[in-house]
Amino acid sequence: MQSKPIALTILDIISIIVLGVAAYLSLFFAPTEAVMGQVQRVFYFHVGTAWVGLLGFILAAAAGIAYLVTKNMAWDRFEVAAVEVSTMFFFITIVLGSIWARPAWNTWWTWDPRLTTAAVTELIYIAYFMLRQGIDDPEKRARFGAVYTLLGGLSAPITFMVIRLFRTIHPVVIGSASAEAQGGFDMTSDMKVAFFFALFAFTVIFIDLMWNRIRLGQLEESVEQLKLNVAI
Amino acid sequence: MIEVKKLVKRFGLKIILRGLDFSVEPGEFVALLGPNGAGKTTFLRILATLSRPSLGEVKVAGYNLPAQSAQVRAKLGVVSHLPLLYPDLTAEENLLFYGRMYGVENMSARITEVLEMVGLENRRKDLVRTFSRGMQQRLAIGRAVIHDPEVMLFDEPYTGLDQDASEMLDEVLRSVAAKGRTVVMTSHDLARAEDLATRFDILSRGVITASTTQKKLKKTNLLAFYKESLEA
Amino acid sequence: MKTSSPSLLKATLAIVRKDLAAEFRSFEMISAMLVFSLLVIIIFNFALELDIKTRQSVTAGVLWTTFAFAGTLGLNRSMSVEKDRGCMDGLLLAPVDRSAIYFGKAISNLTFMLVVEAIILPVYSMLYNVNLFRIDLVGVILLGSIGYTAVGTLLSTMSAQTRTREILLPILLFPVAIPVLLAAVKASGGLLTGAEFSEILTPLNILIVYDVIFIAVAFMVFDFVVEE
Repeated sequence: MQSKPIALTILDIISIIVLGVAAYLSLFFAPTEAVMGQVQRVFYFHVGTAWVGLLGFILAAAAGIAYLVTKNMAWDRFEVAAVEVSTMFFFITIVLGSIWARPAWNTWWTWDPRLTTAAVTELIYIAYFMLRQGIDDPEKRARFGAVYTLLGGLSAPITFMVIRLFRTIHPVVIGSASAEAQGGFDMTSDMKVAFFFALFAFTVIFIDLMWNRIRLGQLEESVEQLKLNVAI
Repeated sequence: MIEVKKLVKRFGLKIILRGLDFSVEPGEFVALLGPNGAGKTTFLRILATLSRPSLGEVKVAGYNLPAQSAQVRAKLGVVSHLPLLYPDLTAEENLLFYGRMYGVENMSARITEVLEMVGLENRRKDLVRTFSRGMQQRLAIGRAVIHDPEVMLFDEPYTGLDQDASEMLDEVLRSVAAKGRTVVMTSHDLARAEDLATRFDILSRGVITASTTQKKLKKTNLLAFYKESLEA
Repeated sequence: MKTSSPSLLKATLAIVRKDLAAEFRSFEMISAMLVFSLLVIIIFNFALELDIKTRQSVTAGVLWTTFAFAGTLGLNRSMSVEKDRGCMDGLLLAPVDRSAIYFGKAISNLTFMLVVEAIILPVYSMLYNVNLFRIDLVGVILLGSIGYTAVGTLLSTMSAQTRTREILLPILLFPVAIPVLLAAVKASGGLLTGAEFSEILTPLNILIVYDVIFIAVAFMVFDFVVEE
């Protein structure tokens, strides 16, 4: 518990390596896209981070339910880890998306369902942290946090559905023929290699960060425990 | 009437009650004394079903907590240092509301009876916000006995009352206890506790450290006993 | 003396009657919500230059923003009444199902919001010469308000127990209530601009789905929010 597990150290190293490989594949290996040019290369990391952001969001809601059912604080640590890591990845997704959107759509931002839902999700996360900050009793903090992730997990998909009623220009890259006009494109096989490797790499990094964050949560708790022992 | 075995209450890592044993016979008036932070209020909140025990067995009026808390609540009257009254309702309306929440039958007769008992029958139609602190506290006791509970819990009922108001409250408390009800009261006011209670338990650092009865106390006084048991 | 634990319905009604009696005596909450709503509408008037052309398209948005802001005011107030003098403990001490507390508070909150909306609609119609007296619009407003107070009551119960209290409620509530507000704007806007019914059907369905889901979830998790 006190010393870092060897498996985690190994995973840290693997994470760095796959990040490097994914960067190489998307920046140099994959061919330059014909219409959009170099800027299209952010797409690999954009989708990779979006995927793990979404994964963290779903895991957080599931961990919230698991906490409410079992009342086991381990689920709370898992939930916080998932929310924190997912917040960071969604933020990267949004930034990368903006970089791509500027030349492609001629605007940094557009109120499209995916973008807006991502932004709303970030706001839900911020609200989540503010809620937790305002509560002193760790059990109550865990309970309220779990309830809120559950509400957020239910509301975000509905937000997505509603905004789609208004409009969309976001491309559906895979398996859609009509998307090309809006900036979609067909992937060559080399692009697919970079794309799927980026998905794989970010999944590994996600697991690594989750593991580190959960461990940090455990360490925080033992520090609290030690402080209490000293006080007595 | 009340039986508590090995009660433990934790808030996160902080342990408030550490294996507390406590029991009260029907008709007893127990004063729970102890320094700030000893866990008196926490303990009373557990007896009142407002807080869940972390470990241990708690039985009130023959029902287990927290499993049968609904049955316990029907037999329980609680007075805290907050009045638990609505300032924008009249005395009568407040009692009417709480009477409805307890399913009291023959409501108007019961309300008159209770108002007479706490000496507020001529303020029946007045808004509670126009009441003095002492009157509010007396009405709070009326509110707590509206459903004729078998067990009464008083948490620091004298907080914020002047000498006159405290004396009037004494009378009301006595008449509440005189009906053969079981009473547990926490208080810092040793002199008043000495007058009212039949038994005195000292709660310190999450356990009952000493106990004495009014009869045994004749030789020494309560203050000496209190100091002695805290120093031990 | 005879007592018997009241049914869910009786306990819910007792809470609603208590809230309405207190509010219709002082009108503190409703008058604050009303004045606030009028101020918001006045600010929008100048901020958006509500001339005849733009009026048609932004009325729905202005109305729902006003309702949402005024709604948080009411939700906060309604819960701090319970929290300030320990009345929440009084409710929890009663031998009633905890969902009676949720439904009681939610119905009171909804009533206050509907009263404010019922006054704002004719005032808005008069000020801007738009006809808002339409039964279909009333239906949409009812559905939207139900969803908003269903989540709002749950979240205000939570925020009242935190250190930041009043400030926290809108921050917690708005991101989660976005679907209901957007769907309500879409449906009301469609009605006001005379869109085809098929266009309004989807936001209407979303409103109903949101209401059902969130009432059910709030009902299920309310225990977790009040227990200790």
